[in-house]
Amino acid sequence: MKLHPMIAALRRHKAGVVLIALQIALTLAIVCNAVFIIGQRVQRVNRPTGLDEQNLYLVTQQWVGAPTGDDADSIQKMDAMQREDLAALRAMPDVASVTPTNSLPLLNQSSNGAMSLAADAKLLDGNARTTYYFGDENFVRTLGLHLVAGRDFNAGDVTNKGFRNTSEPAVVIVTKALADKLFPKGDAVGKIVYLDGSGTPTTIIGVVERLQVPSTGSWAGTFAWNATIEPVRLNGNFSSYAVRAKPGRLLAAMKTTTPLLYKVNPLRVLDDDSVKSFADIRSDAYRADVGMAALMGVICLILLGVTAAGIVGLTSFWVGQRHRQIGVRRALGARKVDILHYFQMENLLIAGIGAVVGVALAIGLNLLLMQHYEMDRMPVLYVLAGVVVVLLLGQGAVFSPARRASNVPPVVATRAA
Amino acid sequence: MFGYYLDLAWRSLKRTPILTSLMVLAIGLGIGACITTLTVLHLLSGDPIPGKSAQLFYPQVMPDTRSKTEPEIGFTYTDATNLLREHRADRQAIVVSNNIKVFGPQAGARPMSLSTVATTTDFFPMFDVPFRYGAGWTPTEDGNRARVAVISQELNDKLFGGGNSIGRNIRLDKWDFRIVGVLQHWQPQPRYYDLYGHGAFASGDSVFIPFSTSRDLADLGIEGNALDCWEQLTDQVHLENQPCLWLQYWVELDTPAKVSAYRDYLVSYSEQQKALGRFQFNGKPLTGLHDLMDWLGYLQVVPSDVRLQTWVAFGFLLVCLINTVGLLLAKFLRRSGEIGVRRALGASRRAVFAQMLTEAALVGVAGGMLGLLLALTGLWAVRRSPTDYAALAHLDLRMFLVTFALSIAASLVAGLLPAWRACQIPPALQLKSH
Repeated sequence: MKLHPMIAALRRHKAGVVLIALQIALTLAIVCNAVFIIGQRVQRVNRPTGLDEQNLYLVTQQWVGAPTGDDADSIQKMDAMQREDLAALRAMPDVASVTPTNSLPLLNQSSNGAMSLAADAKLLDGNARTTYYFGDENFVRTLGLHLVAGRDFNAGDVTNKGFRNTSEPAVVIVTKALADKLFPKGDAVGKIVYLDGSGTPTTIIGVVERLQVPSTGSWAGTFAWNATIEPVRLNGNFSSYAVRAKPGRLLAAMKTTTPLLYKVNPLRVLDDDSVKSFADIRSDAYRADVGMAALMGVICLILLGVTAAGIVGLTSFWVGQRHRQIGVRRALGARKVDILHYFQMENLLIAGIGAVVGVALAIGLNLLLMQHYEMDRMPVLYVLAGVVVVLLLGQGAVFSPARRASNVPPVVATRAA
Repeated sequence: MFGYYLDLAWRSLKRTPILTSLMVLAIGLGIGACITTLTVLHLLSGDPIPGKSAQLFYPQVMPDTRSKTEPEIGFTYTDATNLLREHRADRQAIVVSNNIKVFGPQAGARPMSLSTVATTTDFFPMFDVPFRYGAGWTPTEDGNRARVAVISQELNDKLFGGGNSIGRNIRLDKWDFRIVGVLQHWQPQPRYYDLYGHGAFASGDSVFIPFSTSRDLADLGIEGNALDCWEQLTDQVHLENQPCLWLQYWVELDTPAKVSAYRDYLVSYSEQQKALGRFQFNGKPLTGLHDLMDWLGYLQVVPSDVRLQTWVAFGFLLVCLINTVGLLLAKFLRRSGEIGVRRALGASRRAVFAQMLTEAALVGVAGGMLGLLLALTGLWAVRRSPTDYAALAHLDLRMFLVTFALSIAASLVAGLLPAWRACQIPPALQLKSH
């Protein structure tokens, strides 16, 4: 088939051609970037926390009338209350293990600082930023972390202190990301570090494979995998416990937790949010991302639909307009399939022009978004896939009007218009 | 004539229901998406205190020694109280807040965890806070560390059934406070006066107490959410002498002359503090003085996702518009015969143009109605989302009108090219071929 007559025909419909091409170009630009945003959000939502998230839940509670002082006597009283809770939770038949904790990944409540190789460094001059988790000898096991070097905490390592007390622990476990940052040779176990510019040495006794920081905010993005676990029960008039239920017993364990804790000590505040499964913590943390991805997805679909409808509309009009010419071509010997191909080729040509413009627009839009929003460079693959999609969309949309055109009988040519 | 065009347009649209509904749908979807995102954006970037925002300023100094290129957002106790004492602005206030356990007057009632603001006496007149009963505390009460409190209308309704509770007590943690004022409903969004470490669209505050009292009762723990320290702390409860940024400081400056004088004052204050050995900097000190709207922009109060969504929505509308242009073009040119006859019977080009635009506008009105429905649905979806501004997402009268204006304008723009092409149709040719 020759392109020459086709181009000659299109020159008589400049406005329509430009409109379809422009629409395809804009659709391509928006859809590519939207799909890229979706991809990024999905990737963010799917990154593993390092926890074994199934069967895990968090209990957060406040005591009423607990001592509030920082004196040793008050601290020991609060610690006794905490240990009483821990013992009760551990005795539950549906529970596999329990640890006190200050936070969990994705919870967005964090205590952060810096780790240095030298003593008495200025806080912000530390060698690596880190978040701190405080737990006991069951922390690693309860959260389902993978110890890749050194040893886990034992009961002898665990101490307790008031939550405002800034003294540093004798031993810690760190994540592999943090260990590699401080000791690139991979020999972190047994090394001395200093936490938050303190002068007290702390020994790294173990390394876990992965543990995300509690914050999902972009400000914590620079140290998202730098975590330090201290074998310390923090004492305050509040406490939280991470609980691992036995497989399949999560709901049962969660249900009995509140009444159990009230039985241990009725003077406390537990509300609806106090017992929360990790699945809920995860979905709360990423709801905005999921929402954004869904919105972009809906916009993409509608956009493609609108563009397809536009192509159907304009092509139908052209078919109607060229009714007689089609008849003439048929009368002169063109087969049905020739007519069909003619309209398909025409569409391919227009969509192709649109796609070329669209590629430029898509890349331009991506650069613009990179400048104004936190966005990465879009891989070429997205643009290429986008081109294929809009070309296929054009072919799909043009099929029905082209079929109608190919069904125009040759006899039309002989009738007066 | 317009009525006749309207009638013609209606007939013409009825003749091609699929094409018509496609156009209405395209305009409606585009408008719906735009109005939804615009409403959210408008709401988030609105002026929380119109008429006053240009006089409210947030000063910044840089007391710490971290190498930085921007002055700090938070204030140390020393700097905030120094500035307050020197009293160089028309009004000034320290602001810091936290959730505190609050007990009602009934014995045995469960404590509530309520957002409590510790501030100074100028807070209420400076931010135009409306009172239902009583008033704010006096400077003397600030000085005496008086245990007085101002409570919100909502808390007053809850604890005292909405009655005049002046002189009655509420208990914050372990301490009794005498109520001196009850607010009229006051919940500016964004919660601009207390953004440091807090969500911008948090729900309102329930209790206000003198800052000096909150330091006297340091165990109350009103120390904000963003305790930012640059050296090891020696005391985590009494933060007065700690190397920490945790307070906010607002000033009211009524004239441009006072604004520039205050800028100079911040510089001279920094230099004076350098001489005292507290500040360290080379050359000129880093200071800042932002007016309220500027400050909201500086802290990026409008989430970037919302801006992005607005841009996407407008891109979407653009595609929908181009689509409508194409469909209208097809529709008008298909009626070449009819137009030719009208032209031959004496209709001017202008008349044909007006007729076609009327038809486009009719599509716009229908699209606007559909867009309105979709926007209401969209905002309903936003309200159900977990974002902190969700509850605010309502369509106001202005956005309601904007919907139709935008929709009709969009359809008229879309109709321009097709209408122009239609009125170019020569009468004779059409008559000949039919």
